[in-house]
Formats: sequence, C-alpha cells, structure tokens
Amino acid sequence: MTSTLRRLVIMPAWNEEAVVGATVTELLRTVADADLLVVDDGSTDATASVARDAGARVLVLPFNLGVGGALRAGFVYAWEHGYDQAIQVDADGQHDPAEVEAVFAGLERADISIGARFAGAGDYQVRGPRAWAMKLLSAVFTRAAGVRLTDVTSGFRAANRRAILQYTRHYPAEYLGDTVDSLLTAIRAGLTVVQVPVAMRPRQGGEPSHAPWKAAVYLLRSAFALLIAMTRERTPARELPRTGAAA
Amino acid sequence: MTSQLVFGVVAVVVAFVLFRLLRAGRIREKYAALWILIGVGIIALAAWPGLMVELSHLFGVAVPSNLLFFAAILLLLGVALHLSLEASKLEDEVRTLAEHVAIIRADLDAARGAGPAASDDETDPEPRG
Repeated sequence: MTSTLRRLVIMPAWNEEAVVGATVTELLRTVADADLLVVDDGSTDATASVARDAGARVLVLPFNLGVGGALRAGFVYAWEHGYDQAIQVDADGQHDPAEVEAVFAGLERADISIGARFAGAGDYQVRGPRAWAMKLLSAVFTRAAGVRLTDVTSGFRAANRRAILQYTRHYPAEYLGDTVDSLLTAIRAGLTVVQVPVAMRPRQGGEPSHAPWKAAVYLLRSAFALLIAMTRERTPARELPRTGAAA
Repeated sequence: MTSQLVFGVVAVVVAFVLFRLLRAGRIREKYAALWILIGVGIIALAAWPGLMVELSHLFGVAVPSNLLFFAAILLLLGVALHLSLEASKLEDEVRTLAEHVAIIRADLDAARGAGPAASDDETDPEPRG
C-alpha cells in the first residue's frame, strides 16, 4: 500500500546555500520513495542552484514570501501534481531524514502528522517564557484537537491529500501563521491530527535564539496568533474531499 | 471674511486636483469616491459657514469646530482603513501570483527536460539555440 502512494518532501529554503546541499543529498539517500521539492524563498545567494545540483526539484519564488508563503507554494504544487502525501522538512538539517518515514506513518491514523520534540525522543530543552508559550499552545491545541499535542510549532509536519487542500486554502505568511494558525484552522475545519515522537538535531547553520526578551515576544505573538486563529470563521469541512478519495 | 475665502480656495483646489487625477485615470474610482465626498463637504462648509453651527445644534455638540474635527477624524479613519484593506488584498494576490509563477516556471523547466542551471549534462534532449 505504502509504495503506491505519491509522496512529496517540501523543503523551504531562504539563503541556505551553506547547508541545503548536504540536507538534500542526505534526504535523497535516506528517503527513497518520495520526490523532493526545495522552495527557494527569494534567496539572494546560490540556494536554488546548489539544491538543483544536489538533485532536488526547485521552486524559485520571485521574492521572499516568508516560511508560510514558501510552504503554501509547496502545498499548491503538491495538490496540482496529484501527490497523496506531503511532508515539510527544514533545510538547515534540524529534521533527521531518518524520521521522515515515521512522521509519514502517522498519516495512517490522521490527516496531519506532527513530528514532535517533546514526545519522549531526543533531548531538546527549553525554559522561561518560551516554555510557557509552548505550554499555552500545547494546552489550547490539545483541547481543540482532542488528542495530546505537545509541540505544535514543530515544522516537521506531514499532510495527506485532504490536509494539502486545506493548506492551499489557508496558510498564512505571517510569523507563526505557518505553524499555529494553519494548524488550528485545519483542526477547526475538521481535520484530525496526531503527533509522532522524533529526535531533532542541532541546526547546521545559524544559532537558535535564547534571549529572554525574544522569548517573551514569542510568547506574546503566540498568544496573539492563537487569538486570531481561534476567533476566525470556520471553513466548512464538507467542502474537503474524504481521506483517500483522490487516490 | 478672510477665513471663509481661504477655506473656499482650499476646497476648490482639493476638488480640482481630485477631478484631474480621476480623469487622468491615475486614481481608481473606488478610492476617489470617499475623497470626492470629502471635497464636496469642504466646499459646502466653505460656502455656507452657518451649516456647521446648525449641524452641531442638531447633534447636540456645543462647539461647532468639535463636530468638524470629529467628522474629519472619522472620515480619515475610514480612508486609512480602506487603504489597509486594499493593501492586504493586493499582498494576498501578489503572493498567489508569485506561487503560480514559481510553479509554472518549474513545470516549464521540467517539460524542457532540464532546468537551465542543471543543464550541464550532455544528454539534454533539447537543442540549444
């Protein structure tokens, strides 16, 4: 059954020429049964050609749209090209290609499968306002989805065809819109979610921020994004096709 | 009264500039509608100063100029909100276009056999001209 599914890996990349080549090479070697699409989000460096040379298909956006914009472009591509499942993976190597199969496997139980850091694998630690933000998000999403979700801001997410269509309709380009807003709107449209425990690796390029004031701003923006998403009108779920109907 | 003359000149200039812009097609009707309303309002008030006093009695405002400020702020708020809405809509449309351009470009490259940057292999079936 698994081998007949058409799968797409969507990798948004913005000025990642230093790392995208290695990530693409490793992904192509590890994940055999999926196509790889790198979405070059208006990079000013050689990201697109590095990814292409490494063997990926590349979508070149004419200017920077933000992660949400790049991802929606990827999901539109997946929808139009008839892919059954799509997974989003970071270009910086944070997401282990060996876990892609595990996150895809979650789609056997739900429309959206989240590779979560805190679900018992790996050793990712946060403290302070950032931890509170995650607790708040986790509580709200667990309530909305009816299953325990601990890491909703994870960018390691897989979608089936139903969820892909939902994403093509609503995937905001705003900060946190790509994770919090898109997910909550999908849940409110009637899509189901599961989380799969995965270990994350440290980023290969760039440094994660740990400044307390940045974390506080993050908390406020999460709360704001949640507020907006929660009060938005629901998309009627009946407009979405049933799971597997397009296969 | 000098002040009435000044207001009259301002009103006529505003209306004239709006009309010119609209006629030259440099401003779309949907944006101009509110501005024309404002221009006509200014002319009416300049030509008939007693109007403001009567209106403020009608609304129960003690000082006529306060009613004027209130109305002006309300109108400008409306204009600003309208522009924000239009800008958001435009951004959404541009975003959708950018996505589709990128997808069409990728499909075109795929249909040609290879992307321009990846076309250094000699088995490329497409003749280059």
